[in-house]
Amino acid sequence: MIFTSLLETAWHALTTHRMRSFLTMLGMVIGVAAVILMLAIGQGAQAMVRSAIESMGSNLFIIMSGAVSSGGARVATGDAPSLTFDDADAIRDLPDILASAPVSPGGAQLIYGGVNWNTSVYGTTPDYAVVRNWSMASGSFFSDADVRRGARVAVIGGVVARELFGDEDPVGKIIRIKQAPFEVIGVLASKGQSLDGRDQDDTVLVPISSAQQKIFSNTLRNRARFIMVQAVSEKRMDAAEASINDLLRSRHRIGLGQDDDFTVRNLTALAETAASTTRIMSLLLGAIAAISLVVGGIGIMNIMLVSVTERTREIGIRMAIGARRRDVLWQFLIEALTLSLFGCGIGLLFGIGGAWLVERLAGLPVAVTPASVLMAVGVSFLIGVFFGFYPARRAAGLDPIDALRSQ
Amino acid sequence: MAVPGAPLIEVANLEKDYSTGAGVFQALRGVSLGIAEGEFVAIMGASGSGKSTFMNLLGCLDRPTRGSYHLDGQDVGRLSSDQLAALRNREIGFVFQGFNLLPKLTALDNVALPLMYAGMGREARRRQAQAMLERVGLGERSHHTPLQLSGGQQQRVAIARALATRPRIIFADEPTGNLDSETSRQVMDLFSRLNREEGITLVLVTHEADIAAYARRCIRFQDGRVIEDTAVTEAAA
Repeated sequence: MIFTSLLETAWHALTTHRMRSFLTMLGMVIGVAAVILMLAIGQGAQAMVRSAIESMGSNLFIIMSGAVSSGGARVATGDAPSLTFDDADAIRDLPDILASAPVSPGGAQLIYGGVNWNTSVYGTTPDYAVVRNWSMASGSFFSDADVRRGARVAVIGGVVARELFGDEDPVGKIIRIKQAPFEVIGVLASKGQSLDGRDQDDTVLVPISSAQQKIFSNTLRNRARFIMVQAVSEKRMDAAEASINDLLRSRHRIGLGQDDDFTVRNLTALAETAASTTRIMSLLLGAIAAISLVVGGIGIMNIMLVSVTERTREIGIRMAIGARRRDVLWQFLIEALTLSLFGCGIGLLFGIGGAWLVERLAGLPVAVTPASVLMAVGVSFLIGVFFGFYPARRAAGLDPIDALRSQ
Repeated sequence: MAVPGAPLIEVANLEKDYSTGAGVFQALRGVSLGIAEGEFVAIMGASGSGKSTFMNLLGCLDRPTRGSYHLDGQDVGRLSSDQLAALRNREIGFVFQGFNLLPKLTALDNVALPLMYAGMGREARRRQAQAMLERVGLGERSHHTPLQLSGGQQQRVAIARALATRPRIIFADEPTGNLDSETSRQVMDLFSRLNREEGITLVLVTHEADIAAYARRCIRFQDGRVIEDTAVTEAAA
């Protein structure tokens, strides 16, 4: 029998029972839409994590002041930071270390003209730009000399530039950070969201000396809340961590058996964990959606079985006038396939539309990839074959005489 | 083409058993006969006499339990179910009491259906189906569905469908059972004409004597056996 005749027959059978065909397809529509949407959200989240990791910088350690107690809670957070600028310099001199930047974080009100903006302020050194692999959109980063002499210069993130200056060029302008005047000497390139969801462009970087003197009015000079360190390569991460530990323990005169007064964290490893967590989450989302696809397939099988029973006499007639068993098998298989693939097509439209809506309304990043579309089509095809085969075989196996006699 | 007069259908010691709850029921108990090409045969008998079972076997819808059936020299008992389907498609046309048209298809599509299974293209089969409908006098009704047609018209559509692949034999099972006497006469006249003018072999199952009278040979069944096989005189029609 000719394939187009099969399609014609299937189409005719499906359009005679419009409502039933529609409801049967609905299962596939919802299943495919759910799979596409969930994969889009999962892959969007993965892409976001990937770009956050890339924006973080590579081969990173963060060394925090204060220890982790045996219970896991960090102690002495309110106390004076145990890390010093000299610690940072000493770490930089270690063989496996590329850059090391002490950081003194805080928040402050910025004022430019009549506009003010509350943001996070980081006191740090030029190494910070190296460690974070942070380039400039315009102007330049401050220098070691600026840090040494406590220059009142600031590098601002893109969000701060937009909020304070609008379309104006910020470089060369004077802003007030907690009343102290600072000259903007550069604007940072955009980095977007960090792994913990903060906007990394909503920030101001100043020399750590100036931050402590003019902004945080810290009495504890030369001390850093944390130090950001970049190792020379991923392979040397473990060696670097060990040498940092040794160095700081000897510098801080921590004897054998005594607790550290600092904590070294491998940020790159943490980021990998975050990435694999996202991957698992997105797999899980897809798997849950796939269940609804299977349920849709069962719906098709159910209706096809009903259809075979209802059309027993038709099958008998077709056999009497010359339909071979395989013609009948194909007829019902093609019907099931038409249902599943049509449902898949409509489901794709809804899934892609839904993903677009999620992006627009919920602001979640989504990514509908060709691979996920191909997968949905492939799975729908397999579902059509798998769940259509049993009813079709049942139809093809009918005895012509019994079929002709039915009701 | 077989030589005219040579047996187109030849059965020998044909038996058919059905297993029922109470045991084995012998529907046919050894039937031997031949039907030549161009014959018009009526098969009569009370219900349960085995005539429908015999018809199903001749129509290649079923296989005998024992005995042999040769159709045009071919041993039907040895054919696969696909080969039987092909035989039904090419050599055999069926006309049933209940018409057995597909209710959702138009008359034209119903008639074209066997041609689809014969592998004919869409346009060609529509042309041929239209020609068949014209042959049974329903050329104007080709786009009506069965429900829009009278019983007599439906049966004529069924005959057109039986004729579609130009088979050599038509089996008709109580073709007038659901029709009034006037339309019965029209349908039987059509059968007679097909047999006389085109030489189509006709095998007709009926329990009505006046319908059987259209045939030229009458085979009577009782308890799974042939009890009478006589020529019918033309005058009776």
